[in-house]
Amino acid sequence: MAYSAAYKYTKTHEWVCVEGLAGSVGITDYAQSSLGDIVFVELPKIGDKVQAGKNFGSVESVKAVSDLYAPVSGTVTEINEALNSAPETINADANLTWLYKFDVADAGELTSLATLLDASAYETFVSEETGH
Amino acid sequence: MANLVEEIQNELRALRQTALNTVHRTHKAKMVDFGGWDMPVEYGGLIREHMAVRTGVGLFDVSHMGDIQLRGPGSLAAVQRLLMNDASKLETGQAHYSAMLYEDGTFVDDVVLHKLSENDFLIVINAGTREKDVQWIRRQIGAMPGVHINDFSDYYTQLAIQGPKAEATLQKLTSTNLSEIRNYWFKWGQVCGCHNVMIARTGYTGEDGFEIYIPSDAPTSSRVWGEVLAAGEEFGILPCGLGSRNTLRLESAMALYGHEISDEINVFEAGLGRYCKLDKGTDFVGSAALRKIEAEGGPKRKLVGLEMVERGIGRDGYAVCSPDGARIGVVTSGSPAPFVKKNIAMAYVPVSYSTLDTELAVEVRGALVKAKVVATPFYKKPKKTSDT
Repeated sequence: MAYSAAYKYTKTHEWVCVEGLAGSVGITDYAQSSLGDIVFVELPKIGDKVQAGKNFGSVESVKAVSDLYAPVSGTVTEINEALNSAPETINADANLTWLYKFDVADAGELTSLATLLDASAYETFVSEETGH
Repeated sequence: MANLVEEIQNELRALRQTALNTVHRTHKAKMVDFGGWDMPVEYGGLIREHMAVRTGVGLFDVSHMGDIQLRGPGSLAAVQRLLMNDASKLETGQAHYSAMLYEDGTFVDDVVLHKLSENDFLIVINAGTREKDVQWIRRQIGAMPGVHINDFSDYYTQLAIQGPKAEATLQKLTSTNLSEIRNYWFKWGQVCGCHNVMIARTGYTGEDGFEIYIPSDAPTSSRVWGEVLAAGEEFGILPCGLGSRNTLRLESAMALYGHEISDEINVFEAGLGRYCKLDKGTDFVGSAALRKIEAEGGPKRKLVGLEMVERGIGRDGYAVCSPDGARIGVVTSGSPAPFVKKNIAMAYVPVSYSTLDTELAVEVRGALVKAKVVATPFYKKPKKTSDT
């Protein structure tokens, strides 16, 4: 699975796509594949302030539960409610399945994007983590 | 010298593999460390694997299970001393569920006992407890007269073929008439050209099915594995991992060592009294303690089935609370149940909270999520309707 070059990635396996001062967040293909069949997603609420590196929700598969961490600080403007009834959409296409959209807290936040991994760095990180 | 020590340490750390390890990797299975074994947890979808077993057929490699044979003129007496069920009731070719207990009535392990012939028994034990079990068996009955203990665990590849289409699948590969094997009975027959294979109508899925014991060399193991998959193709057979094995046994409310049963839980608490024959005429390890518990009015806590009423999944180790939030128990196994499509759990609670429909809550990551006590098993296989 190729990781989109338009996204940035966290070491906790979220992706973020920022355009201007708005963005969307999802989990990576590696994350969905390690979790297995996803059955439950706990999303933030519209208006919630999420903080970079802080927990905003969780995703659960049959086997396990995994906390989710915001890649960039901001205010939640939209949540993907379809995931409440069809969480398996994430397994089918993690790259295109966003969990929430947000407004970036302030333009200064954008510099924090530079601290996240780009697609090739993330791919290297994952291959080191799995040992192959 | 330092190198040698390191080498030995590495050897000790190395995960054990079944004869089918390469096959699992070829199937691109996700592998996990299960009780020191490198085992497949799923091959590409736990839910699909679970559903294949409920509606068609699935194939599991369960070669990590241990196989201990007790034989000799003293073997029945030894089995009666070692295990809680009454082995004198078994006929040749029959098996039953049983357990080895500590003196205090808690569990060393749960087992399936097979009577191979007069004075010849096979005990199938769990993988994670294998060394402990073998030592325990030797300590308890090793000095009894006329019994020989043999650990045959590495001699067999054990395959479980499970599901409503298990019989139709396996029947293609053997001349033994499988319809004549009743539940928890077994026969010896030829399977995929292997002679004297034990074919048992047993399993751990709550579904009809068979477990076969074939030679554990890699070529034979992978050939039989492939032939079973080919035979089941028309029924949508899937190779199934330990992930679906766990959700299948949980839907059927079967105990798992280290969860529902352990060295801290006794037979009555676990609700397994029906397999414990205190009146079988001989004392067994743990019987004295269990008689005392019975005389003192039975267990104080009980294993119950829970169904989550609110959104949330109660998982292994989560606290069970009364509706007002007081912690009263613990979840032993909890998961979404793929076939019954509910979030279910088994948990220990005080007897006063164990009646059906009692409202409880599970502490799910800091939040109280409503649950209620329900009847188990959560899933019961449909009764056979004539010849369909």
